[in-house]
Amino acid sequence: MSNSKVLALEKVARSLRKRVLEMTTDSQSGHPSSCFSCAEIVSALYFSEMSLRPEEPDWPDRDRFVLSKGHAAPILYAALIEKGILPEEEALTLRKLDSRLQGHPVLGKTPGVDMTTGSLGQGISAAVGMALVAKIEKKDFFTYVLLGDGELGEGQVWEAAMAAGHYRLDNLIAIVDRNFYQSDGNTEDIMSLEPLRAKWEAFNWDVTEIDGNDVAQCQAALSLARRRRNRRPKLIIAYTKKGYGCSIMDDDVKWHGKVLSKEQAQGVIAELEEGTR
Amino acid sequence: MKESLRQRFGKALRDLGRKNQDIYVLTADLSGSTCASFFGDEFPERFLNVGIAEQNMVGIAAGMASCGKYPYVHTFGVFAIQRAFDQICSSVAYSNLPVRIVCTHTGLSTGLDGATHQSISDIAAMRAVPNMTIISPADALEAELALKALERHPGPVYFRLTREERERILPEDYSFELGRAVQLADGDDAAVLATGIMVPRALAASRLLKEHGFNVRVINFSSLKPFDTDMVLQAARETKLLVTAEDHSIYGGLGAAVAETVTEAGLATPIVRLGVPDVFGESATGDELLDKYGLGVEDLVQSVLRKIAD
Repeated sequence: MSNSKVLALEKVARSLRKRVLEMTTDSQSGHPSSCFSCAEIVSALYFSEMSLRPEEPDWPDRDRFVLSKGHAAPILYAALIEKGILPEEEALTLRKLDSRLQGHPVLGKTPGVDMTTGSLGQGISAAVGMALVAKIEKKDFFTYVLLGDGELGEGQVWEAAMAAGHYRLDNLIAIVDRNFYQSDGNTEDIMSLEPLRAKWEAFNWDVTEIDGNDVAQCQAALSLARRRRNRRPKLIIAYTKKGYGCSIMDDDVKWHGKVLSKEQAQGVIAELEEGTR
Repeated sequence: MKESLRQRFGKALRDLGRKNQDIYVLTADLSGSTCASFFGDEFPERFLNVGIAEQNMVGIAAGMASCGKYPYVHTFGVFAIQRAFDQICSSVAYSNLPVRIVCTHTGLSTGLDGATHQSISDIAAMRAVPNMTIISPADALEAELALKALERHPGPVYFRLTREERERILPEDYSFELGRAVQLADGDDAAVLATGIMVPRALAASRLLKEHGFNVRVINFSSLKPFDTDMVLQAARETKLLVTAEDHSIYGGLGAAVAETVTEAGLATPIVRLGVPDVFGESATGDELLDKYGLGVEDLVQSVLRKIAD
């Protein structure tokens, strides 16, 4: 990938973070640190990898994106705004009465949202269903699903993982946002996930590990996963930092489900606008 | 004549699949018991046995429905409505996706397998889920008619079928209409409002009560949601007693819906609710269980006689 493209995707990631902060600070509610860890992944997906038609959000042959870690909804809304699928003016309606921007994404309510999520562990099953339709009906679209690492405690994730391997869904690409934190603390203290790579490989997935806050690595891994049609689903373990890109929240679990004050947010937005991070 | 609801439904679904390429059928290792195999044998490419993983099955169906498909998931009532309740709520119903939940084993009448396999809270649970439609057919014919009537219904549908062969009671020219209850026997002394396999029992009770000199109306509530409140209120105004009958807990099902409707309308017609009392079932044949837990024809007869004799 060219240097200018890397810079452009980094710029998008900063812009996504800025929008997330504006939204969650205004609503004083949400999970900004869970959004920040995956900003590079979402940037690479929406601005490099996914085939979409912003003027036709429900184009039947579009690539699908399921945000299985639905509490990161603000970054999905930010991406849809950046894509021109959602109007910018709606951003500050997040979590407010009569808004289309619910606390967690809702299919049918918000243009560009491909699946309702919020109850963890469910998104990946829906993604398997989408990939199955594409495979059975010989359609070219890909399905992407972004999981939180804490979310992997849900048994349904492994039911879906088993099914994806069984049905040989090489049109399904899952990304784990491996920031090592869940609501109550470190994932390895609460219910250890390691060895995580071996678990997915045992379920017949191809696994790649990357620095998930390096947008070039995100783009390269996603692109490679799409090109390898070897009858195996693809998993990208993206090592990230919760709250990455923000000096206050960086890699600190106490920010899960917490928002910044208006003053704190202003400082971070200034950081992001300077592009210093 | 008796006929199996699940078999007739399974064959009718296969027939629909010949014309409608968007129908997919899923099961969680119960293709034989649920009769999903009729479809699967003819359309293996649109048939998925996802293994024993009901939550994943419902989620996969939601994903398929989001792509314009009509997936029918097949299992027993307990394994869909209880085990995958959150998936039904969040992945399916919240977005009003056209997933069909086909449960072929519901209520005490599931029988010999015991209480773990007898869903008695499913109607209550599904009634409280927004966007959900609940169909509880009275016989095999109605199972087929409801399936066909709701082929393109835009939201989720729960089909509450039954395991054992049941009496065919509806005439061949019967027509099913979503949200409409149908009067099957006339009478102004009392009315039995029944659903599913209790409808034939209600008709039998009505015939016996005629011998006692009472004319008892029988109404088939196959559409539990949407619910025909007009038919309930008409019966409450025109008769002296309402008896509800369902192979389901007395909490939250048909009896509750009738009581809510009558009370909210300010009517004082007495109501007797026959259903599974607040207990789990046990192993025995379905008919033995219905009789033991107060859902026999004689229970229906006595509940009318006791009240009307007052």
